[in-house]
Amino acid sequence: MNQINQVQMKEKMIPQRYLNRTGGTLSIMNKLVLAGILLLSFSCAVDNEQTVTNFTQLTMQDEFDTDGAPDGSIWGYDIGNGPNGDGWGNQELQYYTDRPENVTINNGVMIITAQEESFQGSGYTSARLLTKDKFSQTYGRFEARIRVPYGQGIWPAFWMLGVQDSPTEIWPFIGEIDIMEMRGQDPTKLIGSLHGPGYSGGEAISKEYLLQNERLDTGFHVYGIEWGPDYVNHYIDDVLYNQITPEDLPEGADWVFDNDFYILINLAVGGSFVGSPNAETVFPQTMLVDYVRVYKYNGLN
Amino acid sequence: MKNRKFIYLHSTFLLSLLLILVSGCEREVSDEVDFASFQTNPEVFIDGFSGGLEYLPFGGSKLDAFSVDEEVKYKGTSSMRFDVPNFGDPEATLGFAGAIFPDYGGRDLSGYDALTFWAKASKAASIDQIGFGSDFGESQFRDIQDKYLVTKQNLRISTGWAKYVIPIPDASKLINESGMFWYAEGPEDGDGYTFWIDELKFEKLGTVAQPRPAIFGGEDLEAEAFINIQGQIPQEGLTQTFNLASGVNETVFAAPSYFTFNSSDVDVVRVSELGVLTPVGIGTTTITATLGGVKAQGSAALEVKGGFNLAPVPTRNEENVISIFSDAYTNVPVDNYNGFFGGQTTTGTNPTIDASGMTFLHVDIRTEESIDSGDSIVIELIDFGADSAFGGGNDTGGGITISSGDLESGTWISLDIPLASFTNNTGGGLSGFVNGARANVAQLVFASGGISTLTVDNMYFYTE
Repeated sequence: MNQINQVQMKEKMIPQRYLNRTGGTLSIMNKLVLAGILLLSFSCAVDNEQTVTNFTQLTMQDEFDTDGAPDGSIWGYDIGNGPNGDGWGNQELQYYTDRPENVTINNGVMIITAQEESFQGSGYTSARLLTKDKFSQTYGRFEARIRVPYGQGIWPAFWMLGVQDSPTEIWPFIGEIDIMEMRGQDPTKLIGSLHGPGYSGGEAISKEYLLQNERLDTGFHVYGIEWGPDYVNHYIDDVLYNQITPEDLPEGADWVFDNDFYILINLAVGGSFVGSPNAETVFPQTMLVDYVRVYKYNGLN
Repeated sequence: MKNRKFIYLHSTFLLSLLLILVSGCEREVSDEVDFASFQTNPEVFIDGFSGGLEYLPFGGSKLDAFSVDEEVKYKGTSSMRFDVPNFGDPEATLGFAGAIFPDYGGRDLSGYDALTFWAKASKAASIDQIGFGSDFGESQFRDIQDKYLVTKQNLRISTGWAKYVIPIPDASKLINESGMFWYAEGPEDGDGYTFWIDELKFEKLGTVAQPRPAIFGGEDLEAEAFINIQGQIPQEGLTQTFNLASGVNETVFAAPSYFTFNSSDVDVVRVSELGVLTPVGIGTTTITATLGGVKAQGSAALEVKGGFNLAPVPTRNEENVISIFSDAYTNVPVDNYNGFFGGQTTTGTNPTIDASGMTFLHVDIRTEESIDSGDSIVIELIDFGADSAFGGGNDTGGGITISSGDLESGTWISLDIPLASFTNNTGGGLSGFVNGARANVAQLVFASGGISTLTVDNMYFYTE
């Protein structure tokens, strides 16, 4: 994918507002550490902890504590293989359903399961949940605690799409914020991106974050963004690994992230982004979601 | 058996525990007490032998196959160089290169998750076997040889340096391991070549994940067992698979001691920590296993109906017998049993048998299945002729059909068949066995019509 080539190490300084607050411990790329130390030397802080989140007023949360189907007041489903039958524009191979075989809540986690089975002409089934027409918000903190699956051709995602201004507004003009994506065959690599007009698909503003001596699929991680006017910060656990601002967009491109966005969580199989599963891919694969929480932008940043 | 293993493994610890208790009688043993004193040095060969490491080649291998190469190296000042012999190399009587690299002081490898190294070869090749855990039975910390052997088979290497990862099936077992590294490799299509290994060490990668152990090759088997006839869970079916950071699933063969075996009914079959199956009672049981707490794929459902009914013991004078398979006689060398082809089962002998002085073939056969009127067993003999080789225009063969009237379920049937009766053409179209010299008998074939499992014993030629 071009997206890999697109990845630029953003060497900008992390703003003062992200430092010197209580929060997670610092474990971030060297350049950011360096920036932190420089700032700390000016601010006479007592420690080098980095705060990755600032917004704490909950506006929506689903802890997935009730066994059975997900809460219908929050979640709807995309069913099938896309409105054009083209695997949701990505040549994905799965047929999405809302069956418990593909999505259910058990023991405090939502389980999205990708099955290898012949179903409605597709070779795989899985699920895609979305809060469209049920919950959307402008700015704020959006995070989920997720254990991702693994294997060639497996593509889990926790992401957002902008609510249409009018029925004729289409992607990428509506905007897309990818909070978490990963390729099952790259179990240590997290991808966070923004898509908009002039910077979508393979040209998205994107960053890959590589875990060291650890993997994404062996346990739960917190994936989130903090989003305000003119910035989106991507974080995993206690590591803020990217900030995207209008300055990062191509010359003349519009920043389309000042309106309501809704949430999507899905587990895709195959497609142009990951390639197809192969004989080595283990099925079924499960994506576990412990919670989804959304906080209000507090306007102080 | 489990208790014994526990006592053995921890005898060193118990000793230190006792010492501590004696010297400090008022204090409990705290969590900080360091029972094990084995070194945790992860390095095997970086630019030379790590402390305590020895080089011990296999008997029959090219003894000087290994050397330290200061010209070719991935990093630092030197690498390990391995010169695999050509086919027929007089210095390698068994035609291969192979060695173990033990540290008999023992090392605690429980903090690591893989053996890693960089390697390249003078040409693209597959190293037959490479791994760790081999100790030649000389480890003072082990009750059996190669207790925690790990083998990666057919490791493909290329002409450019690349890093390879051999995962540890369950590192918690390796608190006092001696086998740091081993390999065995023969010529590629008859040709020797050279490969190099550098930066050989144990590592905690943190990305060796998603364990998927397997027994019986991951298959769910069904089999019959007989009281007091022991069996062994096949080692070639014991594997551990991890997903690596590269996304690759890496499978290694793991010794039985990595597994915890279980029999669902120990009053039917007991299974030892080494995978030895001992049927002790009538009934059914299922053999399963775990590795590092993860359930292994694969199982065996065993049915024990009773003791094994042995075939009648032959009484003919050995002087008048050429035996292929019998406990009563010295058998001729046999290349393979159960050489399956096209629904038949063959036994192939090498060298060929000179049966020219023989007049009968004896076999004892038994099936537990009910006999239908259309069932039959065909027995064929094939002679390779004077060239002792398949083909060449001088092969002869002949067959005889044992029809359902001569078969009976659940009992041994002793057949004494005159060689002159092998008059039918074989399934492969050969004829002439009856009139042939019968001086180069090479194959004995069983082909069944309608019977799926046949037990055979006491296969021998004789003359009265």
